[in-house]
Amino acid sequence: MEAPVSILSVKDLVIRFNLRGKTLTAIREASMELYKGESLAIVGESGSGKSVFTKAFMGLLDKNGWIDSGSILYKGKDLARYKTEKDWLKIRGKEIAMVFQDPMTSLNPLKTVGKQVQEAIELHQGLKGEAAKHAVVSILTDVGISEPEKRYNQYPFEFSGGMRQRVVIAIAIACRPEVLICDEPTTALDVTIQAQILQLLKSLQEKYNLTIIYITHDLGVVAHVADRVAVMYAGDIVEIGTSEDIFFDPQHPYTWALLSSLPQLGEKGEPLYTIYGTPPNLFKEIKGDAFAPRNPKALKIDFVHRPPYFDVSETHKAKTWLLDPRAPKVERPKSIEAIRAKWEVV
Amino acid sequence: MSKPEKLLEIKDLCVEFGNKKKKYVAVNHVNFDIYKGETLGLVGESGSGKTTIGRAIIRINETSHGDILFKGRKINGKIDKALDQEVIRKIQMIFQDPMASLNERAKVDYIVSEGLYNTRNYRTEEERKQKVEQALLNVGLLPEFASRFPHEFSGGQRQRIGIARTLVMEPELIIADEPISALDVSIRAQVLNLMNDLKKRLGLTYLFIAHDLSVVRFITDRVAVISKGRIVELAETETLYNNPLHPYTKGLLSVIPIPNPRLEKHRKVDFYNPGNHQCDSKTSKWVEAEPGHFVLE
Repeated sequence: MEAPVSILSVKDLVIRFNLRGKTLTAIREASMELYKGESLAIVGESGSGKSVFTKAFMGLLDKNGWIDSGSILYKGKDLARYKTEKDWLKIRGKEIAMVFQDPMTSLNPLKTVGKQVQEAIELHQGLKGEAAKHAVVSILTDVGISEPEKRYNQYPFEFSGGMRQRVVIAIAIACRPEVLICDEPTTALDVTIQAQILQLLKSLQEKYNLTIIYITHDLGVVAHVADRVAVMYAGDIVEIGTSEDIFFDPQHPYTWALLSSLPQLGEKGEPLYTIYGTPPNLFKEIKGDAFAPRNPKALKIDFVHRPPYFDVSETHKAKTWLLDPRAPKVERPKSIEAIRAKWEVV
Repeated sequence: MSKPEKLLEIKDLCVEFGNKKKKYVAVNHVNFDIYKGETLGLVGESGSGKTTIGRAIIRINETSHGDILFKGRKINGKIDKALDQEVIRKIQMIFQDPMASLNERAKVDYIVSEGLYNTRNYRTEEERKQKVEQALLNVGLLPEFASRFPHEFSGGQRQRIGIARTLVMEPELIIADEPISALDVSIRAQVLNLMNDLKKRLGLTYLFIAHDLSVVRFITDRVAVISKGRIVELAETETLYNNPLHPYTKGLLSVIPIPNPRLEKHRKVDFYNPGNHQCDSKTSKWVEAEPGHFVLE
């Protein structure tokens, strides 16, 4: 296998927001590499900053938010320094495109579906008139919409949720991006439709050579699509590795907690594992490991110093003091070992 | 073992929407019973009619055919006032989205007591306060939260308030309509644990409506699978998962995402195609394939 080529490299990114006169730090020195052609899943609770993190790659932060420090290198350019809309228009759509969560609200209800896809094609591929219409029809076929000629003239309200999400994907693909960010692409959909959309994204990834970032909180989806997984907590990536690393050999206590609370793992009659407490207040400065107050097995140092990344293997690293050679041995919860025993053999 | 008591019986139920010219049958000749103390799962895609059944039971949607019996008494159609009051008290509902289902302008105290006010189910102000306090304690919230507003709570806490407001009525049957789909992964477990715990402590019976089969397996005793307004299969949870008989159930089971990367990468999903399976509403019959395992054939 050839060495993976990094396409997007985020380093020590800090994103802050001004809210009612107070400053909130949404992303706290997060770093990440994205390799060409892979699918990376970012998982975390709501409010952990996973959406904000990826929105920063496209200059889509709200007006009260800004990149405080750090860099986002994409093809040799530092996106963190981009200020004007003109700069961003070179990136948005053409290089990095996004599929949003709710297909019910991300389409324009007053325009026909065909026109909405055509807009993107005219803007990014420079096609006009009949040629553009042909391109629309072929892309609608690509995303699995039957009778595209007829569907071209229909409005979003005539489409079901799954079909609408296909249209949203068609618009994103129409720009021929290198990187596709899917922000909870299936959360608003039914399980059966979810499986179809995930399969569609997989096949499009092959066809168009896409690099995909999935943002999700569903670990079942993660296992289905992701090559690598980044676990986000309180604005930082606390663990990153291949999906096998994360599912079978998790190192960070937060990853343990997240995996343990899956209802799929529950034994009937016994309570499910729950994570104690609430996520930290991001208005305040966080000392030490952000997860420590919720971690029943936290070490003393967790409350004082923030852990750096420790390498577990070439592909796998985690920010936890447990990996320090001086740390006492802490047993992984039984449920984590159970996942391994149950599933690694398959 | 003695035969379990039937708390709710649904017999040949139909619910229709629209007028005579443009009729839409949302629930089509549905039969099932809910036994006292069990959790029955009702699983289906959006638009399959699962919520409509729940709403028909609490008399929000009118039924066009069939009977709903609660403890042997008919509760659909025209019923007298006393029975109506009893149904309101004994059957309660938990809603999907705790962000949308609480009155933002009312304090928790009022939200939880609203049912008490409406049914005048308290003698003194003192008693009402006590009932609210007990309900909040039951769902793991502090009594002093009563003076706060909903926006001060997280999603999981808000869903607890939604559960507290049903408990204050001292219900026997709770209809939980996708109670955890709108919640975060880490909070889902808390709410599921709470529901299981309450069932044991207070002897509740649940109708658990969901589209996600993976969650249903953990919490239910029996599962009914519904498709296009008809129940296609009904069995004990483990039987249904291990030995699904109807092709629709098989399809639904095959699309559950399993959090195992090794399995997931090579898995083939099997979509249910109604064209492959003759499911004519006239010829299909409700058959008991093995004891307690029913399927529409």
